[in-house]
Amino acid sequence: MRASLRINPIACEAHGLCAELLPELIRLDDWGYPIIDESEVPADLIGLARRTVDACPTLAVLLDEA
Amino acid sequence: MSVGDGGHHGLPRLLAGLEPGGGAITLSAHARVHGPLPNIAPHQLIEEVERSGLRGRGGADFPTARKLRAVADRRRVGPLIVNGSETEPASAKDRLLLGRLPHLVLDGAVLAAQAVGASEVIVKVGDGALDALRALDGAISVRDSDRVRISVVAGPEGYVSGEESAVVHYLNSQVAKPTLVPPRPFERGYRGRPTLIQNPETLAQLALVARFGSRWYRELGTVADPGSALVTITGAVRAPGVYELAFGTSMSDLLAAAGGPSEPLQALLVGGYFGTWVDASAAVGLRLAREDLRSVDCSLGSGVLIALGESACGLHESARVITYLAEQSAGQCGPCVYGLRAIADTVAALASGVAHAGERDRVLRWAQEIRGRGACHHPDGAVRFVESALRVFGGDIESHRRGRCGARPAGLPLGETALAPPRLGASERPAARTRRRVAR
Repeated sequence: MRASLRINPIACEAHGLCAELLPELIRLDDWGYPIIDESEVPADLIGLARRTVDACPTLAVLLDEA
Repeated sequence: MSVGDGGHHGLPRLLAGLEPGGGAITLSAHARVHGPLPNIAPHQLIEEVERSGLRGRGGADFPTARKLRAVADRRRVGPLIVNGSETEPASAKDRLLLGRLPHLVLDGAVLAAQAVGASEVIVKVGDGALDALRALDGAISVRDSDRVRISVVAGPEGYVSGEESAVVHYLNSQVAKPTLVPPRPFERGYRGRPTLIQNPETLAQLALVARFGSRWYRELGTVADPGSALVTITGAVRAPGVYELAFGTSMSDLLAAAGGPSEPLQALLVGGYFGTWVDASAAVGLRLAREDLRSVDCSLGSGVLIALGESACGLHESARVITYLAEQSAGQCGPCVYGLRAIADTVAALASGVAHAGERDRVLRWAQEIRGRGACHHPDGAVRFVESALRVFGGDIESHRRGRCGARPAGLPLGETALAPPRLGASERPAARTRRRVAR
């Protein structure tokens, strides 16, 4: 199973929770908006990635699981 | 009927019906120049377009046949949308086509609509494009044999409102801002239906391919880039305007078509404001071909070529353009809103000599981080422009820091001149010399 992470940049309001919860995959730019350098989520991080999706106050973190 | 009969040889093709006096061509004159609208089966048209190698002329350069197929393969197809927004400030080709040769574009729109199973055509233009609106109204009122309904919608003219998803968004809900893709318009567009969106020039080319065939189309151009293209040439040339040229034409012949440079050139901006600056010495060896342009990290984009004379300051002009692009953000995505503003401010500071040369590295880091992080490609195009500006004009940063910039404004067209045809040759400008200017 492959899972990839992306941000809906229109919905994102730079709360920054995602980078707190998933620093392995998400860092913040100079204005607090998330940068995802590698969108593919390793198997051992999928649980955390799902939690991050749920935690985002604006539901801007998208996890495409296929 | 079989395609491939007749057709005028050489250039002009698209602009063959252009009357010197101005004004829109009549339907009868249009039929005299190009012949009647061909009766061609949908699959046959798509195959012919595929063989022609036609690619989209709105900037994305996508193979037109693939786009047609993507929609034709779906059910409940929505209207075909002619994207005549032309929000690139320096570009004038789409308004020229819609305002002077509306029937050729509408022919292409009707043919493409039938090919993908659309029963309606909507032409979207900027609400300031009065010539285009007038010509379209006149043209539609005399076309009575079309099997699809054609309507015109005028909308806002901001830079990002011409982006495909923004056009659909505007037609759906009067909001001229891009939406998150996927889904793309061909998957879910106008009222949720699969929607084909094409640039006016693409459709005009398609109308000729449908009439005269792919072999005729390939008589001009190169194997990889067949056919002709409309290029808006402006800046430091003697006769700025829209020219139809064959792919494969050299940059120096392109400039010669526009009367030649009005002064020695230092750089060319290829592809408009989402495009790339190329040093003049590197540019003259290039041809109008994807392969050549790619070698200097360029693409033809929406077909804009801006010549910058040696008397102008590339840093300063680039600061103006990036400031404009930052202001044109739809304001939806953080990286675009804050990132482009920061980049614009810093480039302006570099141009006015108040920023340390090290700030350049910060701009380059921001540019890298911003790329790909907007819902649309506005930030991507803007940072590509900035990176090329720093590459080509970066050497001037130190001299600006020491207060040395003897250049005068080249007056690259920005939003405020969007309605005027490109002119603004640097030589026609007052020779105001300032030692040190602050970007606005």
